[in-house]
Amino acid sequence: MEQILANGLYLGAQYALIALGLTLIFSLMNVLNFAHGQMYVFGGFVTYTVVAQWGLPFILGLVASAIILAVMGALIEVFLFRPVIRKSKRDESTMLLAAGIAFFLDAVILLLFGEKQRGVPKILNGVFNWDMRIIMPYDRILILVLAIAMIAGFIALMQYTKAGRAMRALAQDRMAAQLMGVDVDRYSMIGFALGAMLAGLVGGLLVTITGINLGMGGPTSVKAFMMIMIGGAGVISGAIAGGFILGMMESIGLTVLAAYGDITYLVIFASLMVFLAFRPQGLMGKPWG
Amino acid sequence: MHRRTILKTTALVTVASFALFGTAFAENPVLKIGFVGVTSGPAAAWGTSNQRSMETRAAWINETGGYDIGGTKYDVEIVSFDDQKDPKRAIAGMEQMAQAGIHYVVGPNVDDGAAAVRPVAEQNGIMYFPYAFPKELYTAPASNAVLGMVANYQSGPAIYKYLMDNNGVKKVAFVAANESDPLSQRDSGSAAAKALGLEVVSDSVTYQVDTTDFTPVLLPVIQTAPDLLVLSGVSPANAPQLIRSARELGYAGLISTETAQDAAVLQEGAGELANGFISVGGASTPELASEAMREFVDRYTKMFGEYNDESNTKVYALEYILATMAANPAAIDNVEEFKKTMDTFEAPNPYMVGDAKLKYVGTTSFGQKRQVSVPLVVNTFNNGAFETLFVAQVD
Repeated sequence: MEQILANGLYLGAQYALIALGLTLIFSLMNVLNFAHGQMYVFGGFVTYTVVAQWGLPFILGLVASAIILAVMGALIEVFLFRPVIRKSKRDESTMLLAAGIAFFLDAVILLLFGEKQRGVPKILNGVFNWDMRIIMPYDRILILVLAIAMIAGFIALMQYTKAGRAMRALAQDRMAAQLMGVDVDRYSMIGFALGAMLAGLVGGLLVTITGINLGMGGPTSVKAFMMIMIGGAGVISGAIAGGFILGMMESIGLTVLAAYGDITYLVIFASLMVFLAFRPQGLMGKPWG
Repeated sequence: MHRRTILKTTALVTVASFALFGTAFAENPVLKIGFVGVTSGPAAAWGTSNQRSMETRAAWINETGGYDIGGTKYDVEIVSFDDQKDPKRAIAGMEQMAQAGIHYVVGPNVDDGAAAVRPVAEQNGIMYFPYAFPKELYTAPASNAVLGMVANYQSGPAIYKYLMDNNGVKKVAFVAANESDPLSQRDSGSAAAKALGLEVVSDSVTYQVDTTDFTPVLLPVIQTAPDLLVLSGVSPANAPQLIRSARELGYAGLISTETAQDAAVLQEGAGELANGFISVGGASTPELASEAMREFVDRYTKMFGEYNDESNTKVYALEYILATMAANPAAIDNVEEFKKTMDTFEAPNPYMVGDAKLKYVGTTSFGQKRQVSVPLVVNTFNNGAFETLFVAQVD
């Protein structure tokens, strides 16, 4: 049981971090960013390039992933989403744009980084073994701690900085925030850059554990959407809760249901459908949006 | 005068251009060979290594004057179609090949795609070389598909038997991705292991291909304490993570798969934890590779920046197609002639040292010769490179 909880906590922390960026973008701009998974993959490949190919320290790889994805996110917001949002009142316009960006990034990743699975050497050797009750490699423990620290840092940023307050105001009521003097364009760009940066950072963190490959983008986006649906779209605490709930469900399901074949996700999807039928706004979302 | 000079020069250039282009086009007729497979998404590595192997070999042939079929030198052009591992797109790809007048296609890479294109191939007179294992594709009345590699139900028993005899393996566990190919490979592997007298301690655990943490997946498998853990149909993307998780959970037994892997990917993803991992490869190990194989690897690396060890097995399909046409030039646009030639066809295998032959096999498994004879080379991974464990032949 202890192992199941430890696995769930580890999975939940990485999932929560992935979902945070997606929910931030959704809350600020009402955009479902289907390219979030591709941004995660891009971040992983940047860290791989810096660490495995150039031989530089892992921390530099993470910083490079954060910067490059933040710049990419800002450019995507300014040159793609902003004009579309300005010209079109239909939500599906931004959804189509996001899907197009996802396909585009897939192609760019294939061209730049190739089709192979990539990984970087372990950043910590050794395995924590508590009397065979919890077995966890040290590098996973480090990633767990870093993920939790990043989540805490993100919450602090949103709570205690001017930019964070401005973004929360935008998320609550875009028009009211604008009338109160919040520079909507600027903070939308910062929010999108921050969301993309988070995706890139998770990719960079996990490339040391799971590696990275071209095909991970789509499934990652699907899981991230599940998390924010569980927690409530556009709610930061909801994304964190959704991530940990999904991680725990996956860990418990894979252990308890292993004898019955791969029905863990079947059970999770079925549970999600029943849950959404009763609470379509998710755990912490508001029924009105 | 000036105008006359310009007119003369223009006329001369035009005539020269036509002459040059005419010469270029007249140099060699072009023989188009198709590829329909997955070159994007999670399984992109499988199809990309196919496509790049074909393109490397085609460029090599064209650079050296073309391929001689019936006294005519042909330049080889590879026409590719990414089916995205989607059977519907595979059908569209095969129809596109038919419209282009192509009679020989390599691919698709997976079971459902290979099954889906069968009617299109048979109706349009196309021979195709899938990397898929369902026996119905190769057993009569089917006759247009030729298995492009060694199937897991051929390699699996050979590996298990070897490990029983040499490593004392008694208990085996299987784990597979929740997809049609790995699941069917797991089922046939489990059946083969039982037939050999092995105790199958676990064969129900599966995983999603997008799994990011294999610890919870493998925990119940490792608890059954197998001597051999078989990663059925594992993709090169998942193999390092599974190996790493198994070792980190304290598993010290053997790990194997019946699919081809890439040494660089294993080294990056699992490092020394992958030492001893057993997989199926081609003729790339130094003791087996011929000069032609080394040149192929060199040309591939120059063309695409990095070699993929999976291409050790995928270099063969195009070679078989061309060599069979050379043996019977009437097969160039008539697959019935191709089929007739398959029964007696034999040519030197350029990629292996010794007297290895290119020939069609499969009579034992399919009742007819619908499989290319590639060497069953079983490798172990050690410190970043594959070493040959044993070599066998399939029929």
